[in-house]
Amino acid sequence: MDKKQKLLRNNAFQTVLASLICIVIGLIVGFVVLLIISPSGAGKAIIAIMKNFFYYPNAAAATKYFGTTLIKASALLMCALSVIFAYKVGLFNIGAAGQYVIGAGGCLYMALRFNLPWYICLIAGVLIAAAVGGISGALKAYLNVNEVISCIMLNWISLYSVNMLLSQVKDGSTPYTKLLFSYNKSAMLPTAGLNELFHNKYMTIGVPMAVIAAIIVWVVLQKTKFGFELKATGINKLAAKYCGMHEKRNIIVTMMISGGLAGFGAGIFYLSGIEQWMVQQTSVPGMGFNGIAAAFLGGLDPIGTIFASYFIQHITSGGTYVDTTTYCTQISDLISAFIIYLCAFVFFFKIWFNRYLDKKEEKSVKVKKGGRK
Amino acid sequence: MVLLVQYTLIFASVLALVALGGCFSEHSGVINIGLEGIMVMGALGGALAMKFLPATTPGIVLFILIVLASVLVGMAFSLLLGFAAIHFNADQTLVGTALNLMGTAAAVVIVRAINVAENPDNVSSTVVYRQAKQVFLVKIGDFEFNWFMLIIVLAIIASHIVLYRTKFGLRLCACGEHPQAADSVGISVYRMRYAGVLISGALGGLGGLVYITAGVSEWKFENGVAGFGFLALAVMIFGQWRPVNIGLAALLFGFFRALSNVYTGFAPLVALKLPSSLYNMLPYIISLVVLAFISQKSRAPKAEGIPYDKGQR
Repeated sequence: MDKKQKLLRNNAFQTVLASLICIVIGLIVGFVVLLIISPSGAGKAIIAIMKNFFYYPNAAAATKYFGTTLIKASALLMCALSVIFAYKVGLFNIGAAGQYVIGAGGCLYMALRFNLPWYICLIAGVLIAAAVGGISGALKAYLNVNEVISCIMLNWISLYSVNMLLSQVKDGSTPYTKLLFSYNKSAMLPTAGLNELFHNKYMTIGVPMAVIAAIIVWVVLQKTKFGFELKATGINKLAAKYCGMHEKRNIIVTMMISGGLAGFGAGIFYLSGIEQWMVQQTSVPGMGFNGIAAAFLGGLDPIGTIFASYFIQHITSGGTYVDTTTYCTQISDLISAFIIYLCAFVFFFKIWFNRYLDKKEEKSVKVKKGGRK
Repeated sequence: MVLLVQYTLIFASVLALVALGGCFSEHSGVINIGLEGIMVMGALGGALAMKFLPATTPGIVLFILIVLASVLVGMAFSLLLGFAAIHFNADQTLVGTALNLMGTAAAVVIVRAINVAENPDNVSSTVVYRQAKQVFLVKIGDFEFNWFMLIIVLAIIASHIVLYRTKFGLRLCACGEHPQAADSVGISVYRMRYAGVLISGALGGLGGLVYITAGVSEWKFENGVAGFGFLALAVMIFGQWRPVNIGLAALLFGFFRALSNVYTGFAPLVALKLPSSLYNMLPYIISLVVLAFISQKSRAPKAEGIPYDKGQR
């Protein structure tokens, strides 16, 4: 096999290729939808979505909004990691959205009610989210409740409980929670100079922490005995039990870690002070669901997901720059939803691609043999 | 009290319709997590039909056209699931999730585009259908009878007969239990699974229409259908994949959902001074508890969620 063949056969290369194809088709579909709505401005709108913060000609403003995109992308990355971690153990954690919500509730309540410093708030958020994840895990392990359904029920329960909890610390007559900046500065994540670098006061150590978390998840899953045990449980629960692994405990621990990751995402997002919680929300924030998109677009690899999360957030933020008199910002939600849909075909694409390579190789071998005669 | 009965019945109808849809899809072997998205699209189809059909259309024609619009849109949208899950061996949970996200996003994009085209200042995602909605309703004293309350009873009976008494239904179930065996006696597994998914699309779409006409006369599509598609899945599991049991399960869940709408009308409940969020949570808590008790001896179709591979032994 020559070098080119080897590259084409490489699984990682195929994953990247498949993801890029998904992105391109997703963007084309988005463009077509824009064309249908109004052909005149469609080109400008799709460019606005892809440009995102480059929309600002001024470098300082552009870096500021680059920072905002990064902060949101870091929370998204944590949700995606939560989805990946569970998926590697054979569980579909659609509850990342609810665990994210409960994590936000936990850390904001600690920060605003008890005036605790940031690290305690963050840990509280992670722990309570892990507990909620653990409920789904325990229900699955002991009572055979499908984790998808239980997670979805918990998403709504989490949303309403957090709304109830945080109405105690909301700001007067507004539906928003109090500003961290003015009520409890100690609960804000340290910035370590990143805020000046990005001209963005919400830029904190949360962003590098999320990237480090991705690397840790990769190491745990690929390089440790613990990770191997979890994956073995996911592939075949009974075989894992036969080998002496505690399959029930593994399922619960997985869901707890998964929940904790999502809760951490909520912590680094809300403790940066960039947004307050709106206590009258009637729908679960999309962060957890977009996490599923990022996880699959990143080929279910923690490192690949770093880039995928950034991309998903980039176009989601980019959606706010379309001309809202003709189009609406949800167009980028539509694009990312379509990208998730396409990700479902990746497995099939790989099989088809390998078969195509096989055929090509066979042909070239035949030609060579024919030549020898 | 009348209001509670009315809301219970209408919400139960929605849940039962959608759960029956899920039931057909799962009996054919395809898990349909995307019911939520299908409901939104069906609701959109119905809402737009109600908005644009001229008010002079005779009642019965209007009724049929609106229902047809939501059923067809629901079926078309469910084809996305069928296509990926049946022909391309895709992960059904992933596709379902994608459909849910796509349903809400697409509905908002479409409604906003229509609203803005009508009036550049109107950037909301709301469709109003006060007039056309009346064709579904009959006033009997204080009680607002909705024709769908009758239709759902017929649908449950029909589903029971189709699933257990007809050649088609038994073949459908065979594909969900052991597709290889079904294939070996000449049943086309692909065709049966498409049939299951399309029926779920039709019923899910119709359920979406009933949901948005229950009690309100305009709908903000940004809210989707607030997890009703997922509640319907819980109803389906509680009903153990059987039409009649699904009907009864839907009544129970419908009651708790209705309670959150009308609890302010009951003096003893108001006296408890519980926050309204608690009532909103109630259906989900109940379903979680119920699932915990019932899932151990679940009678799910054995081959659901597994893509059909002809070569597999």
